[in-house]
Amino acid sequence: MSTYIIRRLLGIIPLLFGITVVSFFIIRLAPGKPVAVEQSLNPRVSPELRLRLEKQFGLDKPLHVQYLIWMKQIVRLDFGRSYIDSRPVMEKIAERIPLTLGLNLAALVLIFLIAVPLGVRSAIKADSAFDHSVTFLSFLFFAAPTFWLALLFMQFFSIQLGWFPISGLTSLDFEYFSAWGKAGDSIRHLFLPVFVAAIGGFAGLTRYMRSNMIEALRQPYIATARAKGLPESAVLYSHALRNALLPVVTILGLSIPGLLGGSVIFESIFALPGIGRLFYEAVMTRDYPLIMAEVVITAVLTMLGNLIADISYACVDPRISYKER
Amino acid sequence: MTNYFAYLNLKRLPALLVVFLLAVILPIVRAAWGFAQEPDRGDAIVSGSIADASTLIPILASDSASSEVCGLLYNGLVKYDKDLQLVGDLAESWEIQDEGLTIVFHLRRNVVWHDGRPFTARDVEFTYQKLIDPQVRTPYGGDFERVKALEVPDEFTVRVTYKEAFAPALSSWGMPILPRHVLEKEDLNTTRFARQPIGLGPYRFKSWKTQEKIELISNPAYFEHQPFIDRAIYRVIPDVSTIFLELQTQGLDSAGLTPLQFTRQTDTAFFKTHYRKFRLPSFTYVYLGYNLDHPFFRDKKVRQALNHAVDKDEIIRIVHLGLGTVCTGPFIPGSWAYNDRVKPAAFAPALARQLLAEAGWRDTDADGWLDKEGKPFSFTVITNQGNEERIRSAEIIQRRLKEIGVEMKIKVLEWSVFIHQFVNKRKFEAVILGWSLPREPDNFDIWHSSKTREGEFNFVGYSNPEVDTALVEARKIFDPEKRKIYYQRVHQLLYEDQPYMFLYVPDSLSVLHNRFRGVKPAPAGIGYNFIDWWVEKSRQRYRLTP
Amino acid sequence: MMKRNPYLKIGLTIIGLLMLITLFAPWLRSADPAQIDAAQLLMPPSSAHPFGTDQLGRDLLTRIIYGARISLSIGFIAMGIAVAVGILLGSLAGFYGRLVDTLIMRCADVMLCFPTFFLILAVVAFLEPSIFNIMAIIGLTSWMGPARLIRGEILSLKEREFIQAERALGASDARIILRHLVPNALGPVLVNATLGISAAILLETGLSFLGLGVQPPVPSWGNILIEAKSTLGVAWWIMIFPGLAILVTILGFNFIAEGLKKIIG
Repeated sequence: MSTYIIRRLLGIIPLLFGITVVSFFIIRLAPGKPVAVEQSLNPRVSPELRLRLEKQFGLDKPLHVQYLIWMKQIVRLDFGRSYIDSRPVMEKIAERIPLTLGLNLAALVLIFLIAVPLGVRSAIKADSAFDHSVTFLSFLFFAAPTFWLALLFMQFFSIQLGWFPISGLTSLDFEYFSAWGKAGDSIRHLFLPVFVAAIGGFAGLTRYMRSNMIEALRQPYIATARAKGLPESAVLYSHALRNALLPVVTILGLSIPGLLGGSVIFESIFALPGIGRLFYEAVMTRDYPLIMAEVVITAVLTMLGNLIADISYACVDPRISYKER
Repeated sequence: MTNYFAYLNLKRLPALLVVFLLAVILPIVRAAWGFAQEPDRGDAIVSGSIADASTLIPILASDSASSEVCGLLYNGLVKYDKDLQLVGDLAESWEIQDEGLTIVFHLRRNVVWHDGRPFTARDVEFTYQKLIDPQVRTPYGGDFERVKALEVPDEFTVRVTYKEAFAPALSSWGMPILPRHVLEKEDLNTTRFARQPIGLGPYRFKSWKTQEKIELISNPAYFEHQPFIDRAIYRVIPDVSTIFLELQTQGLDSAGLTPLQFTRQTDTAFFKTHYRKFRLPSFTYVYLGYNLDHPFFRDKKVRQALNHAVDKDEIIRIVHLGLGTVCTGPFIPGSWAYNDRVKPAAFAPALARQLLAEAGWRDTDADGWLDKEGKPFSFTVITNQGNEERIRSAEIIQRRLKEIGVEMKIKVLEWSVFIHQFVNKRKFEAVILGWSLPREPDNFDIWHSSKTREGEFNFVGYSNPEVDTALVEARKIFDPEKRKIYYQRVHQLLYEDQPYMFLYVPDSLSVLHNRFRGVKPAPAGIGYNFIDWWVEKSRQRYRLTP
Repeated sequence: MMKRNPYLKIGLTIIGLLMLITLFAPWLRSADPAQIDAAQLLMPPSSAHPFGTDQLGRDLLTRIIYGARISLSIGFIAMGIAVAVGILLGSLAGFYGRLVDTLIMRCADVMLCFPTFFLILAVVAFLEPSIFNIMAIIGLTSWMGPARLIRGEILSLKEREFIQAERALGASDARIILRHLVPNALGPVLVNATLGISAAILLETGLSFLGLGVQPPVPSWGNILIEAKSTLGVAWWIMIFPGLAILVTILGFNFIAEGLKKIIG
């Protein structure tokens, strides 16, 4: 097992190298240049500054030289400074992580809390009215464009009912609230975003859980268990459910990179300072150091996520062994 | 019929008169004098902004969000007042000497930075040095490179000598001044100061949560007076629809509005009870610029014809729901440089056709499109993504041009590509863009024939010797009365030459919570007297004060 | 096969109707979808405009019908590209194994590591957002799923007797792949592709939100729906009708996918 992990970890290095090369060249060869000083056209902004900046950023050097310079920095874990505000790229990313991570974790928990029981019940009562309405609802939510759903919810829950604030993270007087007040305030602000974020994933997982459970219930050991005279609840929940949950563990691993991935659309609508918008703005302004840092982080997380998924799968499923591979 | 006059006992008349005076006239007089009611302190104003600031060092900031926040944190030597006249700010007065070669600023005494240190001429000198330092990433060096020398004869006098007389210099000293004592040893490009600034303006910096909000608190030591509103909060809300929803729950006190939001979406009882709307001319205009090197557009007659073929009123009516004015040239309508004898060309498709025919464009093959020497009149206009008004204007122009047999294709490009690949390199046939209309009317960088290199702003390639001379001469004269002759001539020549099809000046539309008092709209907008705004105690929404 | 498969039935009905509508669009609504009418800005639904009008006075129903053409084409063609590329690369990887497999699957890994959105942005910047380019971009960034599926199926089929028999009879690689392996592996891919169509339509909506989708005046469901943002509170019809159109369509495709799953599995 440990040799397998080491091999996989070593395999990440060439892959990562490939990813950085490809993305470096894609983003540099794409038309457009950094727009650090040209976010709007202003005749008072002298064109000389742009040339001076290009020199300072090293953009006048040949591409492969630029790549090597970048690579040298990365090896020392120096991701450089943003072109837009000259802040260290890592600092800019780090300040966005807590929100994105928290939001996605909350959404993930919510998804599991809703999807697993719904999926299981659907499977047990397969083809019942309950099953069909769950299927229909999950398809329905899956079918709605995020921003549309978000706007509808905001209009209904925030404006009609006045339950939640429209956007933002905290109230303006947040710092003067008591600890409980702060917690309540945060929950009220994050409820709709988390809910909307969860809706897309909840549909998928419910379906997945349902088919796993149906599959599990078909297994011979279920019949054996029933024949042994075990109570139905024990059959369902300790035998079938356990096996049906195994593949879901994989999903957890695969959702690791997603935990740090934001969505521009979602963050724009709810005015949340997450990673999605940071990355989007970086691409739009051609903030090369920031784009590259994001790509590296996403790639590393994705690969680690895949690895964790594979390992955890092996741990929970004794039939899989990585020894001979 | 009851005789009400019977109640008017003549003996009581003097007393009644006194009561009448007190009840009616006095408040009017008091209001007129401006001391109607002692303003209450407290409360906060929450403004919505689409973008976050990028830096709070004003000489590095080129985005409007940063400039807006910096506007409350810092002051310059001069500023534009409510009637767009240049007046002193940190400078109490100034003299122009040696026929415009020297400007001497006399600074206010008793101005202190937010950390309590006094403001002196050394700070001005320091800011100037940073502006011309090639290592500092400031886009505003241009105006200051014309300075021959800047001397500080004493702590409160700054003497600036120019290589040649340069009238825009005066307004360039509206540049916010930075504190030397804090920044002297810092690298301006990377300093933490950019996110924890110390200024001397009416508000002090409190906190900045990236992409979330910036909070400022009033400066008790501000040299004019402490602002009445305790806190100024800028919230970043990237999506206009969210801004609108926030307004519906009174989550924002002030925000810009789109024409549709202004006319229809805010036309509800709720908005009428809680908000006040403001419609003022914006200091921008939208135009369609031709690449004058393109064979189609070299002929002035063709450009004039196209101008007659497009109904600008219709664009304003549809795209801005009537909230704008037709633009005839690159000066603020009604300002001293603006030539009101330049009248917008009539919408006359027949005349347009005739002019085009005179220029050799006829529909010889009867396919509905004009042609000349076998080439159909077809061109592509480019504009940038994310600006719905420009894209819609393009669609309307497209339809009008089609009616006279001219095909205009529309290509919408992402900003970075649009600017770098097309506009800067002058690789376009026509472009729809907007310019801001600065209070200082000097337009040299946009219209002078020398400004056509890559990345410069005369990207349409306009060249008219008379305009060139007028622009150069106007820069040497400080007296607006004399200067305006040149600009009004430029205005006239530009409209005749039609290097741009000038489209419209949109109105700037905004909404403000109606609890704020002391708001007095003026040509400069409403924000100029922000420090005098206040909210009655009973209507304050944010009671917790720092 | 349809009898006990209500999902498939409903799904096919929805999508079938939709296809008919798009096919006969010019006969259903004679108006030009780009016709601007200054006198009819933002009119609520009426007999002349059953779905109301938009900010330029254009008939919303007409735009939705013509938008269906664009959005469905995007869905189908983008998925077509993804499936074609996926089948080609997946079958090569699965059949030849070793170096070819490693190379192709590493490529897929690399692609999966990028945020889809980054790839799309990079390509949009390269190519400008024309309809065809949007199809190509969505297609070229979503072939990895089908490729993995095909590869997996082929890996398991490869060792089966009938393939071994073919090989013994001297059939060429191409014949084995095209005649035997791919058709047998197609089932799961079909389900995946049906879901992919709806994903592509939703993706275009997202791109439109960012101004990177199909550019006006060409109507797509994405760019029609985003107008709902700027007309919030005054034109509920722009919020509701295009949104429902998308919702029902996606639902239709997902039902078909669900139905297909039942048939296959």
